[in-house]
Amino acid sequence: MRFFFASMTRDLRVHFRRPSEVLNPLVFFAVVISLFPLGIGPSPDQLSLVAPGIVWVAALLATLMSMDLLFRSDFDDGSLEQVVLSGQSLMVLTLAKVFAHWLIAGLPLVVLMPIVGLVLFLEVDGIWTLALSLLLVSPTLSLVGSIGAALTVGLPRGGLLVTILILPLYVPVLILATAMVQAALSGSDVSGYIYWLLAVLLLSLALAPLATSAALHLSVDE
Amino acid sequence: MLNWFHRLGSPRTFFAMTSNWHPWLLALSIGLLLAGSAWALLFVPPDYQQGNTVRIMYIHVPAAILAQSGYMMMAGAAMVFLVWRIKLADMAMTAVAPLGASITFLALVTGAIWGKPTWGTWWVWDARLTSTLVLFFLYLGVMALRSAMEGREQAGRACAILSVVGVVNLPIIKYSVDWWYTLHQPASFTLSEKPAMPMEMWLPLLVMVIGYYLFFFTVWFMRLRNEILVREQNTEWVRTWVAER
Repeated sequence: MRFFFASMTRDLRVHFRRPSEVLNPLVFFAVVISLFPLGIGPSPDQLSLVAPGIVWVAALLATLMSMDLLFRSDFDDGSLEQVVLSGQSLMVLTLAKVFAHWLIAGLPLVVLMPIVGLVLFLEVDGIWTLALSLLLVSPTLSLVGSIGAALTVGLPRGGLLVTILILPLYVPVLILATAMVQAALSGSDVSGYIYWLLAVLLLSLALAPLATSAALHLSVDE
Repeated sequence: MLNWFHRLGSPRTFFAMTSNWHPWLLALSIGLLLAGSAWALLFVPPDYQQGNTVRIMYIHVPAAILAQSGYMMMAGAAMVFLVWRIKLADMAMTAVAPLGASITFLALVTGAIWGKPTWGTWWVWDARLTSTLVLFFLYLGVMALRSAMEGREQAGRACAILSVVGVVNLPIIKYSVDWWYTLHQPASFTLSEKPAMPMEMWLPLLVMVIGYYLFFFTVWFMRLRNEILVREQNTEWVRTWVAER
């Protein structure tokens, strides 16, 4: 537990020392969102119809863009290797790093949601559900993404590869989350979707650190 | 038993043991495929709704079944490699990925060709089509990861982890997509239940499915032997083997 908090606070401190790296994925998210009205046309009817999908796809891409923050700098300066040698549990390290990553990359997306929703002419109900779905799913995104980040951390240009490896795995949460927003917009009950998303979150919380720590061992071993 | 398993796990023994298998396998699988296609294309009566179009089924359904089994085989080999570190399993995994991707692609293409006359469109964002497409992407991901990594041992382990992660995800993807939208008919070929189609249509399909599996195994087998030669090219036994040719 002490190791968990120590590596989490260390990660947060490192991230805050380099604010531009933290902000870049958020800027990316905003830019992608603002491209869609230009491509589809500015009509509010159309935009509000496709808004949940746009927001979700942009969020997936932004999360993957920020995945480099997770292990890359630690791998480059050798501190990841030191942790592996020290014999501390890599699963705990993974959980701590993913939690820190979620605080700086996942949570801000949730906070941005009301603005994005207004820009895309979503109804208020829809905005709240969208923010809730993102809150429930963004930890899952970070957890699953950490597998890809750990697998490719030893490669010089892993960024594009991570998207190919991980995006197919995001399909279930994308489907569930957008279905949840559509259900809220049509006025039906969304509690079933919430349980589903929580179930997926718990599943990935239990299994993803296993795969990630195995992949970290492998990348450091080399 | 364990001893036998260990000996088979050595690439050299495997290569020596199986040196004259593939002509037989090839003949048997091509024979089955030819017989099955002739039966399906010439003798099976046309469907009362779909007419002759139904014959695409004999190409499409086996490919679709094999697309999923291929991933299971890859993940099985990956699991064996992760647990026991048997090099042969890694080679088997390397050999099966492009094959599985091509058969998945075949399933997608024949599905589109079948969809045009029956549904009136090449592609629909239906549950099964989408999950097959995702499966195709999973194959491509494993292949991309392997080609991106330098060290062979490391690439093998990375691909093994990714395949196992993919296999955990496959049922989730399948159910979520099913739940999302369904137009496709339910599975038309199971061994556990009484077939929904008449016997004279089902039997040639069975022949085709077995033929497809055998053909898949044969090509896998040849690729595996090739992979063994490439990886062991600096060993003494491969050199003598090549010199004897």
